[in-house]
Amino acid sequence: MNPIRKKRLTIVLFLLVGIGVAVGLTTYALRQNINLFYDPSQIAAGEAPVDVRIRAGGMVEEGSVVRDPESLKVVFRVTDFNASVPVEYVGILPDLFAEGQGVVAMGKINGRGRFVADQVLAKHDENYMPPEVADALEKASKGQNKAGETAQPESY
Amino acid sequence: MWQFFHKLGSPKWFYGIATRLMPWLLVAGVLLLLAGIVWGLAFAPKDYLQGNSYRIIFIHVPTAFLAQSVYIMMAVAAVVTLVWRMKLADVFVKAVAPVGLVLTFLALFTGAVWGKPTWGTWWIWDARLTSMLILLFLYGGVIALDRAINDEKSAARAVAVLVLVGVVNIPIIKYSVEWWNTLHQPATFKLTEKPSMPAEMWVPLLLAVLGLYLIFGWLACLRMQTEILVREQRTRWVKDLVMAGRF
Repeated sequence: MNPIRKKRLTIVLFLLVGIGVAVGLTTYALRQNINLFYDPSQIAAGEAPVDVRIRAGGMVEEGSVVRDPESLKVVFRVTDFNASVPVEYVGILPDLFAEGQGVVAMGKINGRGRFVADQVLAKHDENYMPPEVADALEKASKGQNKAGETAQPESY
Repeated sequence: MWQFFHKLGSPKWFYGIATRLMPWLLVAGVLLLLAGIVWGLAFAPKDYLQGNSYRIIFIHVPTAFLAQSVYIMMAVAAVVTLVWRMKLADVFVKAVAPVGLVLTFLALFTGAVWGKPTWGTWWIWDARLTSMLILLFLYGGVIALDRAINDEKSAARAVAVLVLVGVVNIPIIKYSVEWWNTLHQPATFKLTEKPSMPAEMWVPLLLAVLGLYLIFGWLACLRMQTEILVREQRTRWVKDLVMAGRF
């Protein structure tokens, strides 16, 4: 490679590294703003501001969904398997909302540590499978539970 | 190797190769894409949670994948433009930028259509969606900057620098779902692990991605040929070609 091209290539590489570092530092500094939601551990640790509109995300705890028979009010707990936050919501939930599924809720934490949501979105995970396979897996895991083993969810 | 590289820089040589390559790219691409889409939309099993609405991935994933690959290809061409001043590299960037724009738009659009029934919203400002929107604007910026500068050489350099600056966005798009909390789910396909989806779903998806790649190749050749004809209109070989009516 002739010297001029070598020089140009060096400049291009410096340009790329420079921009990469600049953008990397900026996004690192802004990471809490880029994060779409707080997870329950952060809320439990008091990292999330009280009475400010924020998003909370995690998995709907199994057996925690309580529906008010008189209205559209729903209360459930969102967990990341370290901590959990009680969430209260009035409105129609997305189709994919279910116990054991991921959600992202938008709202405020009130003084009593309860998250009052005005929007609940379902968060889908990266796993896809045909219904028959899902049924078979569920049967298998129930069989395991009876045998005294507790199934640990891998992720949400 | 260097000889091949310099040959690649000759518009006339490329024009000839492209003419021979294009029918193959088009036929193979259309066949693969059709097979993937028909298999995916009509025959693949439905998802246990999302039902049939997940089938939009057979369009969403190929377009999103290509939108990012095209940008990486443009960045490589931009380096060649800046370091070797090869005209053909610049022709490539100009020819494929609008294609990338359309692909990015399709990825965003199909994602929004899928997001409404799945998440409950068309749009959310999470890191994945926002960085993809930035990619759309980058493509738009590349096209606009190229049109704004009349001088061919200055335009080529300015566009190449913009493309290179924008390439930092690509790893951000790719890893946004891992670095930050997002509503968009993490990648189903990873190089190191088995896909978290059965073969009867990922095989048609793979076919559709490959098919779209080949069709992109065809479209890139076609658009580059047009750009070459415009730029080289005063040369002997283009005049001969036009006189012979073969273009």
